[in-house]
Amino acid sequence: MKTVRVLIVDDHRLFRSGVRAELGPSIQVVGEAEDVESAVATIAELEPDVVLLDVHMPGGGGVEVLRRVLGSGAQVRFLALSVSDAAEDVIGVIRGGARGYVTKTISGAELTDAISRVADGDAVFSPRLAGFVLDAFASTEAPPIDPELDSLTQREREVLRLIARGYAYKEIAKELFISVKTVETHVSSVLRKLQLSNRHELSRWATARRLV
Amino acid sequence: MLRPRAGRVVAGVAQGAAAQLRLDPVVLRLAFVLLTILDGVGVVAYAALWMFTATEQQEHPDRAGSRDWGQVAAYGLLGFAFGALALVSGAAAGGLAMWPIAVGGIGSLILWQQAEPGRRQKWMTSTVGRVRATWVRSGIGLLLVGVGVVGFLAAQDQLAQASTGLVFTAVVLGGVALIAAPWLAGLWRELQKERTERIRQEERAEVAAHVHDSVLHTLTLIQRAAHDPREVTRLARSQERDLRNWLYMPKQDADATLAAAVRRAAAEEEDAHGVPIEIVCVGDCDLDDGLRAMVHASRQAMVNAAKYSESPVVSVYLEVEPDEATVFVRDRGKGFVLDDVPDDRMGIRQSIIGRMERFGGTGRVKTAPGEGTEIMLTMKRTTG
Repeated sequence: MKTVRVLIVDDHRLFRSGVRAELGPSIQVVGEAEDVESAVATIAELEPDVVLLDVHMPGGGGVEVLRRVLGSGAQVRFLALSVSDAAEDVIGVIRGGARGYVTKTISGAELTDAISRVADGDAVFSPRLAGFVLDAFASTEAPPIDPELDSLTQREREVLRLIARGYAYKEIAKELFISVKTVETHVSSVLRKLQLSNRHELSRWATARRLV
Repeated sequence: MLRPRAGRVVAGVAQGAAAQLRLDPVVLRLAFVLLTILDGVGVVAYAALWMFTATEQQEHPDRAGSRDWGQVAAYGLLGFAFGALALVSGAAAGGLAMWPIAVGGIGSLILWQQAEPGRRQKWMTSTVGRVRATWVRSGIGLLLVGVGVVGFLAAQDQLAQASTGLVFTAVVLGGVALIAAPWLAGLWRELQKERTERIRQEERAEVAAHVHDSVLHTLTLIQRAAHDPREVTRLARSQERDLRNWLYMPKQDADATLAAAVRRAAAEEEDAHGVPIEIVCVGDCDLDDGLRAMVHASRQAMVNAAKYSESPVVSVYLEVEPDEATVFVRDRGKGFVLDDVPDDRMGIRQSIIGRMERFGGTGRVKTAPGEGTEIMLTMKRTTG
């Protein structure tokens, strides 16, 4: 397994060094940045595989970094990392282009696993994010504008439910009698819908529901 | 306003008021006399001001009692003459029309002279400043006053129609109101500003109190418990939850909805057993007896997982669908063989499965040694 080159973007120095110490040997931390400006500059300079991105930072936060880096067409993958569980933060950063969202209470082993997954182009959903998505796509008030993007398939729903119940991808695969690769495909598909859907409830829902 | 003792004609009211308004006392004396002709308003006003005004401290005791009786007689005669004239011309019966002006005038005079000198100064400067700043408004106001006065005088010739007089009195008052509006608005704004500032200060005090009572307190406890990682985690998580609730959650009754009740159960068991309980809720609904039983059953499942499974973390997932609600309580602990659990152990069979079935729900246990345990509870919904 090749090592994954990671950049840590967070405005708390203590947290950056804590993450650095916790990550497994398959991860190589190539740099750190502490605000939007230095993050954009460092990403352009170091071209890491994965950026661990804090949601709340001086100068516009993680969403601003995503907008500027992905707007320039760079091929960098982002994993959002935050203390906030607020729906508008979670949904905001995912719709901004992050490949996953985990909270800062995550263990070092789980974080290492999540980074590898994002580096492989897959999506990482925490139980809480899965809950948000189920909630956001659950309301049936308005008919979907684009049925392909604006609703989840039965299988995707099952996968998300299992994630929300605390199942790891491997356990989900076993439970549903499918391969881990298929689980990953379903999650990536949900991520795409979350990012591209114009489902008008999504933003309103996230704003109305500040926290779980 | 003070009534001077020296140089007074009757009680020094006119002189005092004149000094206050920087007018010649003669003008005010004449005004009182003229007002007296109209239904005796002048006398009432004089008496009222007399009552509400303090006497000036005596500086020159020797001049104290000196009253110019000649002037008293002159004003008396003047009043008498005007009174006779008014009686002959019929103007004295201005009647009702005069009262609003009289009451308003006396009222404002009393207010004016009761106010602190400093505040009066402020009223004056702010009013003058705004009047200058809004010439148009003042112009319209003055025009209205003028029209009102002219109309009032015209109405005097048609005494039978006192109502017309009233209308014009209203016009006069409208004009006065228009002139006074900017000042009143300024006063209101100042009041609002003060109020906002006070609310902000109270909020700041509340935040400080909360941080002090909870966060600082917990940090102290964490330092004292530094040797016990489990206790530190428990304290930190408990405080985190508390702070999040305080910051983001609308104040809600934990017993009102299903999600709130399950969250509270999870929080309490996490505190009691020191094992993190991660909770995810999708949807929500009001509680009924069946759902309340489900909350109790899920609490029992959480207790079992926290106490016996040796799992580092417990996951709770609540999903509310249109016709039913489901709770999953899962741990990655050591698991067990369900059939090996003795019948007399109340936990799983009675407190969880039995309780669910009594209320028409179901409880299922999925477990195997080394595989962890998941308990799934389902209950039909009867509430909206």
